[in-house]
Amino acid sequence: MALYSEKVMDHFRNPRNLGVLEDANAIGEVGNAKCGDIMKMYLKIEDDVVKDVKFETFGCGSAIASSSMATEMIKGKPLSEVEKLTNQAVTEALDGLPTHKIHCSVLAEQAIKSALEDYRKKI
Amino acid sequence: MIYADNAATTKMSDAAIEIMIKHMKENYGNPSSLYEFGQQAKEILEAARRDVAGIINAKPEEIYFTSGGSEADNQAILSAAELGKKQGKKHIISSAFEHHAVLHTLEKLKKQGFDITLLDVHEDGLVRPEEVAAAIREDTCLVTIMYANNEIGTIQPIKEIGAICREKKVIFHTDAVQAIGHVPVNVQEENIDMLSSSGHKFHGPKGTGFLYVKKGIALANLIEGGSQERGKRAGTENVPGIAAMAEALKEICDNMVENTAHIQAVRDKIISGLAEIPHSVLNGDAVKRLPSNINFCFEGIEGESLLLLLDDKGIQASSGSACTSGSLDPSHVLLAIGRVHDVAHGSLRLSLGEDITETDANYIIKSVKEVVEHLRSFSPVWRDLTTGKAKHLI
Ligand SMILES: Cc1ncc(COP(=O)(O)O)c(C=O)c1O
Repeated sequence: MALYSEKVMDHFRNPRNLGVLEDANAIGEVGNAKCGDIMKMYLKIEDDVVKDVKFETFGCGSAIASSSMATEMIKGKPLSEVEKLTNQAVTEALDGLPTHKIHCSVLAEQAIKSALEDYRKKI
Repeated sequence: MIYADNAATTKMSDAAIEIMIKHMKENYGNPSSLYEFGQQAKEILEAARRDVAGIINAKPEEIYFTSGGSEADNQAILSAAELGKKQGKKHIISSAFEHHAVLHTLEKLKKQGFDITLLDVHEDGLVRPEEVAAAIREDTCLVTIMYANNEIGTIQPIKEIGAICREKKVIFHTDAVQAIGHVPVNVQEENIDMLSSSGHKFHGPKGTGFLYVKKGIALANLIEGGSQERGKRAGTENVPGIAAMAEALKEICDNMVENTAHIQAVRDKIISGLAEIPHSVLNGDAVKRLPSNINFCFEGIEGESLLLLLDDKGIQASSGSACTSGSLDPSHVLLAIGRVHDVAHGSLRLSLGEDITETDANYIIKSVKEVVEHLRSFSPVWRDLTTGKAKHLI
């Protein structure tokens, strides 16, 4: 059996929403290079809706796939929904992650939370 | 597919497979049985012992067959510790980048009151003989230093360390799992008292190996039971596996000179190619290393994603990143040579097989360059490095 689900491999091989969002008004960065995972999320929020989102990730396959999936799950969504995104939801959407990789989905949740905090500080 | 993970394990040689099947079919007798059919199996076993002994310049009665490198390491170290304890000597010297089969055995002994000194391996991945000499104390009962490192391939000054141990009358063990079959090893010339080896690293079967123990050193049993292996390793012998291991070892040693010339040339080509990647570094001394080993760190990327994308391109390799080690820390070997965590996560080990070609080398170089560039293109760490927000470490 492969290490990762087909979904994880698909998002890892073809990450969605990759890159930098020049006009982002909410940026979240979590993790550190010492531990081997850093996720950076760029959100453009308008009228309490995530109009656009992009990400950059340094990390393993599941870290890249988790960030990609998370951006898909919040794109176009109202903040009230985005706030409630959990790492379990990201993991489920990826058809599961190996136990020792669950922290990657946690990072994705935290990166979004961190971006939202950044946004609230600004308004 | 280009299998470049021969330090993890190797493909069995055809000759070894043939011998193995032959003995499974035709010589399934128990070497301990007295009838002719059993004695035939015994003779196969003893022939393998003579072959293995001859190759490392030992005596047949100094070879003990084991289930592999880990068992041999455990038995060698625990035996020397047992002997030391009887004389009130409870100090052991080793190095910081040994295989876990050695390090975890030493940790176990530490809990039993042994004092363990782990020598520095410096940035080049080499133990200094003079530091071994300086570390030896009145109560030192064992020095155990690996012959060649399994991650960065550096070959240690075994003969010099052995000479120091002889002079100071301390038992010297070496984990030669990565060396046997790949570089010439001579236990007498190199002053080696105990040596561990594993069959699956030189195209023999998994679950086979041997421990060489110089005559006069008493082994302690890990496995109690029957009187196999001179009473030091109980259990009906894995005759087909042992014969196949000996066959594989003979074959690889017969071809060592040509193999080395070829693999080393391809290795150096790949090393030059990968060194062109900006902010990369070769891990371990460039000269004193196994002919097959290539180990690089690339800044700004993480090793597991590198491996997965190389796998997509048909290249199997390994990494010392935390995500591949199954713990939160990257490889203890890379940390031991002074790579900081951030850099150690971006490591790649390629360990070449004898059948590697120049075409493979070009494809590997091209693929690694592409994958590193791709991963860097969306790495926030790389962005910070290139925009000057963070300082390059390599
Ligand atoms: C240096 C070294 N020592 C010991 C071992 C363990 O050998 P085995 O897998 O035969 O138990 C290995 C293989 O992983 C190794 O590379």
